[in-house]
Amino acid sequence: MIAVNIEKKLKAYNGLQLLRIKKTFLPGGITRITGPSGAGKTTFLKMIAGLVSPDNGTIKANDTTWFDASQKMNLAPQLRRVGFVFQDYALFPNMTVKQHLEYATDNADWINRLLTIGGLETFASHKPDHLSGGQQQRLAIMRALAIKPKLLLMDEPFSALDVKMKSALIKDLQVLFKELGTTALIVSHNPQELDGVSRDELEIG
Amino acid sequence: MDLSPIWLTLKLAAITTLILLLIGLPLAWWLSKKRSLAKIVIEAIITMPLVLPPSVLGFYLLLAFSPQHGLGHWLQQTFDVQFVFSFKGLVLASVIYSMPFMISPVKSAFQQLPASLSQASYTLGKTQWQTFWHVLLPNIKPSLLTATVLTFAHTLGEFGVVLMIGGNIPGVTRVASIAVYDSVEQRDYASANNYSLILFAITFVMVLSVFIYNKYQAKSPLE
Repeated sequence: MIAVNIEKKLKAYNGLQLLRIKKTFLPGGITRITGPSGAGKTTFLKMIAGLVSPDNGTIKANDTTWFDASQKMNLAPQLRRVGFVFQDYALFPNMTVKQHLEYATDNADWINRLLTIGGLETFASHKPDHLSGGQQQRLAIMRALAIKPKLLLMDEPFSALDVKMKSALIKDLQVLFKELGTTALIVSHNPQELDGVSRDELEIG
Repeated sequence: MDLSPIWLTLKLAAITTLILLLIGLPLAWWLSKKRSLAKIVIEAIITMPLVLPPSVLGFYLLLAFSPQHGLGHWLQQTFDVQFVFSFKGLVLASVIYSMPFMISPVKSAFQQLPASLSQASYTLGKTQWQTFWHVLLPNIKPSLLTATVLTFAHTLGEFGVVLMIGGNIPGVTRVASIAVYDSVEQRDYASANNYSLILFAITFVMVLSVFIYNKYQAKSPLE
C-alpha cells in the first residue's frame, strides 16, 4: 500500500500553484492519473519515485517511510526500487535493447521474457536511434519492469503505440502485474485506453 | 636538429592531458549539476586562463611557487619540492592554463544530456558513480575526445606561461614553442622552421582526426 499526502509549489505561467495530493493506492491496483497539461502529473510521479522532493507531507510504502518533511527524511530513489517509464522514454543512446535490460537485471530468463512481451527480440542488438517510436516506448516499459518493481509509475506509456499493439501489450502487462504483485500508477490522456483495466482514478489539477 | 624540445613538449602535453582527464571529468560533472554561487565563482576562476594574458598567469605562478615566498618556500621546506624552473612546474602551469579547454566542452556536454537519463538509471538502483560511468560518460564521447585533443594541442602551443615559470633550460624546460623563439632570436631560421613545421603537422593531424571522427559519430540525437 502506498500512502501519499504531499504538497509542492509548482511554477506556472501565472505564478506559483500549489499541488496538494492525499491518496492511498492499494496493492496490486492500477490507477489512472488524469489532468490538464502542466497540472503536475509528472512531478507527482517523480515525487513518489524520489526524483523530486515535495515541500511538505509524507510518502509511505507499507511500513516504510519514503519521505517525511517534518523529520527531514527522504529515501534515495535507488532504495525505493520503483519502476519508472518516462514520458521521453529516457533510453540510453549508448546501449542496445538487450544492454538496457542487462543494465537493470542479470536474470537472463527474465530478460528474454521481457524481450518477447515487448516484441523486441529481433531488435535486441539495436540501439534506440535505430528503433521506431513505438519500439522505443516498449523498451522503456520493459526496462522499468526489469527490476520487478512492486510499484510501477508510467508517464504516458502507450502514446506512441498503435491500437492493436497497445491492447496486446496492456493484456500482457496485466498478467505481469498480477504475477509480480505490482501496483501501477499510469498517467493517461486517452479516456478509453485503460477501460476495464484500471478501477481507480486520480485527477490532478 | 635537437629533437629534445619536441619530445619534452609531447611529454608535457601527455601528462597534462592525463591529469586534466582525471581531475577535469569529475569537476566538469559536478559543475554541470545544479548551479550555486560557489560553483559560479569556481567556474569563473577555471575560465580565467582563457582571457588572462599567459604572462600574467605565469608571473603569479612564479611568485606563488618561488622558493623565496610563502607557498613555494613551504613546499620546498616540507616536501623538498621546487616548481619554479623545473618540469614539475611546467606541468602545474599547463594543468592550470589548459583546464578550461578540458572542463568547458565536457561540462556543456553533460548539461546537454537530458536529466531523465540519470533519473532512469537511479530508478534502476544504480549509484551516481555507476550512472556516471555506464550512462553519462559513454554519451559524451565525441565531446570528451574534442576536449582531450584541444587540451593536448593547446599544451603543445603554450609559450608565455611555461617561459615565466620554467625558463629556457635545455632538456628540462625548453619546450618546442620556446625553442622556436630561441632559434629566431639567434637568427637560426632553419631550426625555427623545423620546430614550427613539426608542431604545425602534429596539431593539424590531431584536430583533423577529431573533426573526421565526430563527423561519423555525431549521429545520436544527444550529441
